[in-house]
Amino acid sequence: MAHGPATLADGWVKYASRWLFTTNHKDIGTLYLWFSFAMFILGGSFAMIIRAELFQPGMQLIKPEFFNQMTTMHGLVMVFGAIMPAFVGLANWLIPMMIGAPDMALPRMNNLSFWILPFAFAILVATLFMEGGGPNFGWTFYAPLSTTYAPDTVNYFIFGVHIMGASSIMGSINIIATVMNMRAPGMTYMKMPMFVWTWLITAFLLVAVMPVLAGAVTMMLMDINFGTSFFDAAGGGDPVLFQHIFWFFGHPEVYIIILPAFGVVSQIIPTFSRKPLFGYSSMVYATASIAFMSFIVWAHHMFTVGMPIAGELYFMYATMLIAVPTGVKVFNWITTMYKGSLTFETPMLFSIAFVILFTFGGFTGLMLSIAAADIQYHDTYFVVAHFHYVMVAGAVFSGTAAVYYWLPKWCGKMYDETMGKVQFWIAFIGFNITFMPQHFLGLAGMPRRYADYGLQFADWNMVSSIGAFMYGAAQILFLFNVVRTITHGKPVDKPEVWEGAEGLEWTVPTPAPYHTFEKPPQVK
Amino acid sequence: MSTEGNYYVPEQSKLPIVTATGMGILAFGAASWVIEGGSPTIFLVGLLIMALVMYKWWSIVIDENMRGLANDQLKKSYVLGMLWFIFSEVMFFAAFFGALFYVRVFANSWLGGEAAVGIFDDTPTDAAAANNEILWPGYQAEWPVMVTPDQAANGDAAMFKGPEQNMNFPGWSNLLSWLPLWNTIVLMTSSVTVHIAHTALKNDNRKKFNTWLGITVALGIFFLFLQAEEYIHAYQHMGLTLETGIYGTTFFLLTGFHGAHVTLGTCMLLVQWIRGLKGHFSHEDQFGFEASSWYWHFVDVVWVGLFLFVYVLA
Repeated sequence: MAHGPATLADGWVKYASRWLFTTNHKDIGTLYLWFSFAMFILGGSFAMIIRAELFQPGMQLIKPEFFNQMTTMHGLVMVFGAIMPAFVGLANWLIPMMIGAPDMALPRMNNLSFWILPFAFAILVATLFMEGGGPNFGWTFYAPLSTTYAPDTVNYFIFGVHIMGASSIMGSINIIATVMNMRAPGMTYMKMPMFVWTWLITAFLLVAVMPVLAGAVTMMLMDINFGTSFFDAAGGGDPVLFQHIFWFFGHPEVYIIILPAFGVVSQIIPTFSRKPLFGYSSMVYATASIAFMSFIVWAHHMFTVGMPIAGELYFMYATMLIAVPTGVKVFNWITTMYKGSLTFETPMLFSIAFVILFTFGGFTGLMLSIAAADIQYHDTYFVVAHFHYVMVAGAVFSGTAAVYYWLPKWCGKMYDETMGKVQFWIAFIGFNITFMPQHFLGLAGMPRRYADYGLQFADWNMVSSIGAFMYGAAQILFLFNVVRTITHGKPVDKPEVWEGAEGLEWTVPTPAPYHTFEKPPQVK
Repeated sequence: MSTEGNYYVPEQSKLPIVTATGMGILAFGAASWVIEGGSPTIFLVGLLIMALVMYKWWSIVIDENMRGLANDQLKKSYVLGMLWFIFSEVMFFAAFFGALFYVRVFANSWLGGEAAVGIFDDTPTDAAAANNEILWPGYQAEWPVMVTPDQAANGDAAMFKGPEQNMNFPGWSNLLSWLPLWNTIVLMTSSVTVHIAHTALKNDNRKKFNTWLGITVALGIFFLFLQAEEYIHAYQHMGLTLETGIYGTTFFLLTGFHGAHVTLGTCMLLVQWIRGLKGHFSHEDQFGFEASSWYWHFVDVVWVGLFLFVYVLA
């Protein structure tokens, strides 16, 4: 087994079969990362269409029906196709290296988890070209919009979600088995890098809630095709039931997206502060608390649906409680930087921006958690602004930081620091120009998901669209920088790429060998 | 597969990509089949690919294990994988039980214009009362829902009409003809017999193992037969179908998914039985059988929940 991976020089067949049949965690991680970037560009182009249409009031470019499909597909593709697979890709690449394992625990299942995704998204995206068009009911696919009033293609969406969920469950079981079973001797749980910890907890969340999502779409399938009445009050069901089940999945889902991002930032900030992470064990416990609480706060997404007042109050207070462990994390990141010897390489810039903007998004979350106030904000652009601050400036910024941080370890070449910094500033400024005005729009009463708007919203919408194009351009620069690094980057040959980097992945040669550890490393 | 040092390093494999392809075809085919005028052809092609590749995949895993290629660490990974898979199945059923509880405790009361439960709202709110009076006049909350809100408000013009009979306890005099009770007895017994088989295998008593595992499989098949009888009876004589409102919906979906899992569990045990007859397993290495038996206990526990909340506690 000492032979290296097939390269293009071995011929096309061998090269293609390397990727199709691979059981190597690094290959699979690479596949996940490229796939997620492709989906990121696809979902991003949907966003560009949305922002182009909203550049001015009135309908200019597309029809309202298509606009609805764009908002829906943008959300679905970004959440399930871009952000989640990106972090699974990072998990694949990094977890075995970080815990001193030879590979993932179940390597063949690992490959299966990945290869389901292209099929799932091919099915989902194909609906755009079918009769009736793609899903048009919003990424939360509330019944009865997604049942009684949905196009026939909703069935493709349902089965696409089913196999995508199967992929996620298998991927997470693999991560759990890897972390629990494959740690090198001496690598106790409380010595694991934060990224591994956050992923272990995320994987647990995924195994717990992806089946619930499968249940929700199965109920939809039955209601649509087999005459059941889960979500139809006429038969004794309740459309609100859909929202409860969806958000029981959906709220943990948003932590599934953000926890690995916390993990990435917890790796990067200590490196460029040249100090160990402040409050490691409190970070672990805070992550676990956030995960636990994610299961008991779901109905804060539904304050306006008509719940008993006691329910509203419970979900309000429980939601606010999450600010405590999240506050612990933000405090620890800042304290890690305090009196550190800081340098501002691209990954660090993205991480600092993450801390600032994520905290900002957290605060707007607190505003939304106040049940009485939420009646004003609900389904306005304020909500859109809020979750893009945590999804984009949170998850996507941290994913970008991770790629810059570990890219030299992966391919043995250094990216162009200047281009990285330029990309960061375009992304940072573009992002804020896009989403900051959306807070104002929302507070002024502009509803989300509408293809058109009143004239009083025109100015900030134009600003927001300009920002969005700027942010989109930054991603092209990102792609260019990564590809150029792989093809023309300056070689790095020392194991410890960054001066202050800690962890097993920085003890192996750069680029990391195809099989990292053939014998278990010793952990002190 | 080979082991180097202490670590197991996997070879490339064609199985995953074929499985993923089968799964993609299966999903696409299922969707195009349920849409009106659709045909099952693509779905069946996907199913065939899946069946073949799964047979192949497990054969390879069994073969690797028989040749002693799977080391202790890999075996532990399989144990963890199975346990967490069962946990994911628990959560799948949790969604359906959650739907049942929500409907029974909240939605049904509100549709009838009543308060739900004490700690949430003691007195019916104006909204709930108005909901009943304006949208579903005449609907009275009861469980099982025999007259749907639609039927109460719209009479014969209703789209959803309630069932004629339900599956509840029919009274002590009819106890012995109450199928769910027999189903419970059959499934509970099978949990005991599979345990006896397990103990026998651990004590290296192969004959006893084969016998009791065979009995377990037979009980599983008998359960499925009874369940099918119950469904036929419901459709033909009780007017209880998927279309009869929320009671039929929750009844068939919960028992139906349970039945699907019993079918899967029976298949798993059947395979282990055949393997047992072929002389696989030893008194210390028997994970294929153990995993199947865990799964079997899991479907058993789900049934207890079903028996309580779907049949008994009305």
